[in-house]
Amino acid sequence: MHLADLDKKIIAHLQGDLPLCRAPYAAVAKEAGISEEELLQKIADYLAAGILRRMGTILRHHLAGFTANAMCGWSVPPERVEEVGRLFAAFPQASHVYQRPTYPDWPYNILTMLHGRTDAELELTAREMSVSARISDYTLLHSMREFKKTSMNYFAG
Amino acid sequence: MKQKHAADPLSAADRELLNLIQIDFPRTSRPFAELGRQLGLNEAEVLSRLKELKADGIIRRIGGIFASEKLGFVSTLVALQVEESVLEEVAAAVSSYDGVTHNYERRHKFNLWFTLVAASDEDLRRILNEVSRLPGVAALRNLPAVRLFKIGVNFDLSGGET
Repeated sequence: MHLADLDKKIIAHLQGDLPLCRAPYAAVAKEAGISEEELLQKIADYLAAGILRRMGTILRHHLAGFTANAMCGWSVPPERVEEVGRLFAAFPQASHVYQRPTYPDWPYNILTMLHGRTDAELELTAREMSVSARISDYTLLHSMREFKKTSMNYFAG
Repeated sequence: MKQKHAADPLSAADRELLNLIQIDFPRTSRPFAELGRQLGLNEAEVLSRLKELKADGIIRRIGGIFASEKLGFVSTLVALQVEESVLEEVAAAVSSYDGVTHNYERRHKFNLWFTLVAASDEDLRRILNEVSRLPGVAALRNLPAVRLFKIGVNFDLSGGET
């Protein structure tokens, strides 16, 4: 999908925070200089094209009770990547599941982000995933400190 | 069983509301009225709950979640091995890039992990090159996605069983 200047302007507005008023799309449309109807149509187009994953909400999970998170690296035989990737994706505790490159000092080709209420809960989740996928070589990297967490500003300013 | 305790400040009604809007925020002229219909609340009640959840810092943002690669951007995950004594300085230098969206200390030999979004491959390589030269950075491993199996931060907040 070709992105015209108008699209970039609309995207720059949509990636911000929708105002908490009765007609938030009308407010955003006004800022972008189009009608509410046009904006809703653009949103539908972006979703159909896969540019927009969803209109949704980003939560601060640690405040919503999900105080612990960890990345888990899995060393999966190449011929099982497809099967194991799909299996891990079905775990509700896993928010992100990716295949990524390996290095001699980083042999883990599938990476999952796990969330839970405690570190012990994360360890239990990883064990369950390990048993379920029959993958015993994994490493759990608990989060110690969050230095930055933000959303990308596309086409800003 | 739905209990409210200190570590868990959300009411069952809040959890239901957050569950609903995490995944799919209505794309209609009056989205809060639509949410109210689904939850048995009126529009004003939904708005007032959301304003409070935002003021409390539980909601970071309601809006569009875009696929960076479809917008022509490139992104990657980067693992750094950093000398413990300068970890904070390196973390601050990494965080100062606009394209760094997440930056975490993790308990591992690779102790600093960040995600980077850039406008081009060239930009991305330039930033990685700069980061790899920061004093105290012993190793940098670039881990761009080969394949995406799942991206979706959908948590069941509705309470009850865990």
